[in-house]
Amino acid sequence: MLSVDIAGTMGVREISVRFGADRGVTALVGPSGTGKSSVLRAIAGLWRPKRGTIKLGEKTLLDTQRWVDIAPNLRGVGAVFQQALLFPHLTVERNLLYGAKGNRDDFDTVIDMLDLGALLKRVPRNLSGGEAQRVSLGRALLSRPDVLLLDEPMTGLDEGRRMTILPYLQSMRASLTVPIVYVTHRSDEVAALATSVVRMENGQGLPATSVADYLKFDQATVSQ
Amino acid sequence: MDLSSPVVLSIVGLSLQVSLVAMLISLPLAVVMAKLLARPGLPGKALLSALVHLPLVMPPVVTGYLLLLAFGRSGWIGSALHDIGLGISFSWTGAALAAGVMAFPLIVRPIRLAFEAQDVRLAEMASLLGASRTRRFFTISLPLAMSGIAAGLVLGFAKALGEFGATITFVSNIPGETQTLSLAIYSFLQSPSGDAAALTLVAISISISVLAVLVSEWFTARQAKRLEQ
Repeated sequence: MLSVDIAGTMGVREISVRFGADRGVTALVGPSGTGKSSVLRAIAGLWRPKRGTIKLGEKTLLDTQRWVDIAPNLRGVGAVFQQALLFPHLTVERNLLYGAKGNRDDFDTVIDMLDLGALLKRVPRNLSGGEAQRVSLGRALLSRPDVLLLDEPMTGLDEGRRMTILPYLQSMRASLTVPIVYVTHRSDEVAALATSVVRMENGQGLPATSVADYLKFDQATVSQ
Repeated sequence: MDLSSPVVLSIVGLSLQVSLVAMLISLPLAVVMAKLLARPGLPGKALLSALVHLPLVMPPVVTGYLLLLAFGRSGWIGSALHDIGLGISFSWTGAALAAGVMAFPLIVRPIRLAFEAQDVRLAEMASLLGASRTRRFFTISLPLAMSGIAAGLVLGFAKALGEFGATITFVSNIPGETQTLSLAIYSFLQSPSGDAAALTLVAISISISVLAVLVSEWFTARQAKRLEQ
């Protein structure tokens, strides 16, 4: 269980959000520039909010009142961003194993799930956008994270490639026991993946809603 | 004097030895300094950068004199080194130190630019994958800066090979001990019959420099191809 209750300033934007995320996919939605990515960066330890707490199970990742701020490499957070951010000097296989700490137990399972077998010996510059993003997902999974953060992982892909990645994300959701926080501004992705939705507006997080309620709200907004 | 004469071979051998040892001394420090200077918001960065660049802007004779004050037999570091049998004044190791100090800013600069050009998100990603600061440095930052390190090494090597002012001030011009290519060319030009020998050494000096630049170009192109995404 991940619980986030933070507030701070990122650039000119005041950000304040409070939500919990359990097993399944919690979608963090809202228009561009509303602070969704900052919330993910705070969970990852890459941005320090002015005040608040972030807890992951029994572990406190951030507690500004008690001066707790765990370094990103000790947080147990896996992340995939809009860009795959593969290490360009390493093969796909070495990218995948970078965070695995020598553990290859899940390697074959992840390779099969994301269909990466044929890519292992390639280098990142020879991968398509969709392939690179699948490798990035695999790399995050093999680091055995306690929470998985996905920041619009399909944004850089064209419509055809999105459709090829979506089934992989759905099978990940089914097999993972850790919370997944998924940032997006697309309601079709929410409908296909999410189990609960936290909407953000002007930096402020609204109370979590069900996917059905969010989609109703979204349709009403679109038809207005 | 032909290319294979013992005198020429000794001068070239000594110069390569001095330059290579100068690189061995300077490179690890230059990488650390470049990484520090590439860090955004480092306190005192401008002052540190100025200090690093001092040998480039000061007259080489001044650098040589400062080295003599510090590392000479009665200098505060030199006397201690001399007491334990590691005196470096008027020896080829002193020439290597002088060359390393003079080459230092030229080695630091391209490595610093290579660090600064790196996508910080790659290091962030490595961090999220559990990598400590040390592991990030050795597995991500350093390999990705290889083209800058190669460029720095070549520039530094060329500078070390051609170093004159600081070397002659600090360790003098002793044939077989501190007389590197530049100092030998200078000496031969001082003697009425030395033109031919000087020209031979000039040709060798140019050849080594061109070869070094070609190696660096090849390495940089190879690295760029490897890293393009």
